[in-house]
Amino acid sequence: MTTTSWRTAIVRQVTRVGQHLVMLRLELPETAPSVQQLPGQHFVVRLTAPDGYTASRSYSVSSSPGEALIELCVERLDDGEVSGYLYDIVQPGDEIEVRGPIGGWFVWDGQTPAVAIGGGTGVVPLVAMARYADELGTPELLRLAVSGRSAADLPYYDELLGRGATVALTALTGRRLGATDLEPLLDGTDVAFICGSARFAESMSQLLVSLNYPASAIRIERFGPS
Amino acid sequence: MAFTSRGFGGRTRRPRDERLPPGQYDVGSDWPVLTAEVTPPINLDRWTFTLDGLVDQVRTWNWAELRGLPESRYEGDIHCVTTWSKLATNFTGVSVDTFLQQAQLADTASHVLVASSTGYTTNLPLDDVRGGKAWLVWAHEGKDLNAAHGGPVRLLVPHLYFWKSAKFVSRMTVLDHDEPGFWERNGYHDRGDPWLEQRYQGD
Repeated sequence: MTTTSWRTAIVRQVTRVGQHLVMLRLELPETAPSVQQLPGQHFVVRLTAPDGYTASRSYSVSSSPGEALIELCVERLDDGEVSGYLYDIVQPGDEIEVRGPIGGWFVWDGQTPAVAIGGGTGVVPLVAMARYADELGTPELLRLAVSGRSAADLPYYDELLGRGATVALTALTGRRLGATDLEPLLDGTDVAFICGSARFAESMSQLLVSLNYPASAIRIERFGPS
Repeated sequence: MAFTSRGFGGRTRRPRDERLPPGQYDVGSDWPVLTAEVTPPINLDRWTFTLDGLVDQVRTWNWAELRGLPESRYEGDIHCVTTWSKLATNFTGVSVDTFLQQAQLADTASHVLVASSTGYTTNLPLDDVRGGKAWLVWAHEGKDLNAAHGGPVRLLVPHLYFWKSAKFVSRMTVLDHDEPGFWERNGYHDRGDPWLEQRYQGD
């Protein structure tokens, strides 16, 4: 696996969506040739105060490897030291230090037929996978099922709908993703990606196992405060 | 001039807790769950732990045999690579020394590869799992370790980042070389010393 070092990125675009979400589009100085970009990876963002104090957190990438700018989606957490700064303070033109892309497990190769299941901000790496599938001209290789409290709480809601995702909005309808949603999506896939809160990831992965999906073909990324 | 983030002050600094390695914060009473695989079903009747590799004889312990070994307790801190640390906590189990003392290790033994029933693996230098530094644990703060936290039995190597403390531990293979495990093949550091911030490959 390759190594990555800290780099200074320039913030080119800041898009706040509702009270909790901000999409940052970053320009990296150059991509180290040794760093392989695959959809599903994350970057670490490091903030430094004048006295040298630093705080770092990881954020998933929503842009596909083919896009010129790196897009991160950040959920502003209550009392979030880094997410609060990224939502409240950051403007286009600012510099932030990043490290990445990181991760070789929760990534899609763009070739294996896959089902991707996301809850809340857990959809972010799946958006990168979906954009990648589109770029390759093989959107049929990736099936999407996502869930959120409401359309406003679900990042990339319109984009996901446009990509044919099965969408469950729990606050509106009380409906959660269930066997009838997922079963039709599993057939013919060789890997399942599940990303969301610990509870979401646990319930979705156990549901897949109960539908006889092989546990060894399920890749999980757990999201949330950490 | 060193890099600073415009308009970033950071949290009000209390005197830094000396138990916190660089880049870590105190998660308090929480204990976040991180996972990459499906949580396996717990079945103590079928639980086993096997020590194999460069040993004179493969040894396997079942749940009753495990609980018959002398208990050992860890009291102290744990550190996750995702930047949280949990301070002043405790675990109950058996020291890894107890298992290693029941086997004759080859003179060339230098590392171990630890495996879980899920297929998860992690590699460690032998010296990081002996000498009172590592345990197989089944209880956290007096309660049975639940499946989300790797129960019924997980490895505990508290002086290294917590991905080394394999959940659902089922096997320890003694090797004469280092063999990267699951996260170590996927971008994370081979050793993972939180005091040296060995988070990713290259640190």
